[in-house]
Amino acid sequence: MIDDQWVGLGYLLSATLFIFGLKRLSHPRTAPRGNQLGAMGMLVAVLTTVLQMELGDGIEGWILIGSGLLLGGLIGWVMAVRVEMTGMPEMVALFNGFGGAASALVALSESWKYIEDDTLEIPTGLELEVMVVAAGLSALVGWMTLTGSLLAMLKLKGGIEIFGKWIRTPTWGPSWLNPVKGLLFISTLVLIYMSIQEPTETDYLFAIIGISCILGILLVLPIGGADMPVVVSLLNSLSGIAAAFTGFIISNSVLIVAGSLVGASGLILTFIMCKAMNRELIDVLFKAFGGSDKEQLTRTKVGSDADEVAMMVDGAQKVIIVPGYGMAVSQCQHQVKEFADLVSEKFDTEVKYAIHPVAGRMPGHMNVLLAEANVPYDQLIEMDEINPEMPEADIALIIGANDTCNPAARTDEGPLAGMPIIDADMARTVVIIKRSLSVGYAGVDNDLFYMDKTMMLFGDGKKMMNELNAAVKEL
Amino acid sequence: MDPTILIGSITLFVMSIFLGFELITKVPATLHTPLMSGANAISGISIVGALLGANVAYEGGDTVVSGILAFLALVLAMINVVGGFAVTNRMLNMIAGKKRGGQ
Repeated sequence: MIDDQWVGLGYLLSATLFIFGLKRLSHPRTAPRGNQLGAMGMLVAVLTTVLQMELGDGIEGWILIGSGLLLGGLIGWVMAVRVEMTGMPEMVALFNGFGGAASALVALSESWKYIEDDTLEIPTGLELEVMVVAAGLSALVGWMTLTGSLLAMLKLKGGIEIFGKWIRTPTWGPSWLNPVKGLLFISTLVLIYMSIQEPTETDYLFAIIGISCILGILLVLPIGGADMPVVVSLLNSLSGIAAAFTGFIISNSVLIVAGSLVGASGLILTFIMCKAMNRELIDVLFKAFGGSDKEQLTRTKVGSDADEVAMMVDGAQKVIIVPGYGMAVSQCQHQVKEFADLVSEKFDTEVKYAIHPVAGRMPGHMNVLLAEANVPYDQLIEMDEINPEMPEADIALIIGANDTCNPAARTDEGPLAGMPIIDADMARTVVIIKRSLSVGYAGVDNDLFYMDKTMMLFGDGKKMMNELNAAVKEL
Repeated sequence: MDPTILIGSITLFVMSIFLGFELITKVPATLHTPLMSGANAISGISIVGALLGANVAYEGGDTVVSGILAFLALVLAMINVVGGFAVTNRMLNMIAGKKRGGQ
């Protein structure tokens, strides 16, 4: 309907909007605008594409495309609106898998045209090579992203319920698995090369799809839950690359630009996230971490009760709250806020929150939850700034955090070695709300639990916070 | 295929990768997840390919299976795009709301 040059300009506009969108998403003040710019870029790209298509002959084409857009849009919207804040990382992983699958499906659809319709002339020479190589790579990356993301989603959830039975997502990765992965990767490349000779051979096609799916699973299987955000970010980068390869098949500029932008910036983000956790990407991917061999617990600790802790709080001048995944699971951020308000009014105690960069299951998890409970922004202090204040704190109140304040990280040994932590053990008294003494994701016992100055409140975060608040009110 | 078109595409690919590397330098931890989610929504750009594919397959007549594949791709890409931007928006609203509350 519109001329080619307008299509090109439309795609250029869309790519520009993506660039500004990504740039603005990396600064707190401009981030909401950045997201809107990205969405606008996508709208421009879709409109340009729809306008360029020749759908004039009948109504069926419009129905097909309209219903696809509507159906997908509706599902996506409902999922996004209904998801709980704690389920956000899983949702991102799932969407990411869909994106990868979409790219791979477009590639498959393009190749299948020639298999299905004999009258279509199979391109020759350079065009054939470009098409087959791009379709093969798109399939490899796309299917890998799908299965990897789905497994990552299950790992973030912790398991899956099948027929009412809870099955924990396994973490498994002996060192011989790495050469196997390499071998599978190379065999995919060989298969792609072979399909240049016989582009309509469906066996090669299915083999590429099958191996890519297995590769995605093998990539994520050995990785522990604590590293999952990094993996999701890497898979996000891969889904961008898959889109770019798909762009090569259909010679479409906006796919190439947007796909490689996401691929590259996603990779940078992956490195930034690794740095925040003091991990190397190579270690994350190829050295199994946590989950598999957890330390056996040999020590015990007597639990305290809420009244005891409330008496400690009365007289404290400074309380630092250290939230972790446990707070997210029990959804007790409102009770935590209530506690903070209570003690600051009643005892004139100063309350601050210590935010570890990777507390919870995704970076920024704690900020989002506490924001939901209307905790003032200036009370949320990042790890590097709060640690010097820890020795002055009368009480460090740890709610469902474990690895992020495990002193074992200061030693040179074990899976946690070198990870930056919140120095909660420096506070005069440490109060820990936790369901049990069990180890965290890294599978390392926490000395903090057994220190003399530590008081353990065993129980669900919400329940214990309610008891604590009630006890404080009674004083 | 005209080799110049291919070279043009490869140029675009390489330049965009460099641009992507330069685009993001420092991101505060709070924004890691929204940025990941927003970038993820942008990678749903393969919706353009799905649209074109669904249309060509429809017109082609004999290419039912590729039509179905493209339609599936269209639905999945749309979930990724709409869901991705909506989820990012929700996360960012919470972070922004917190700031207003603090001032």
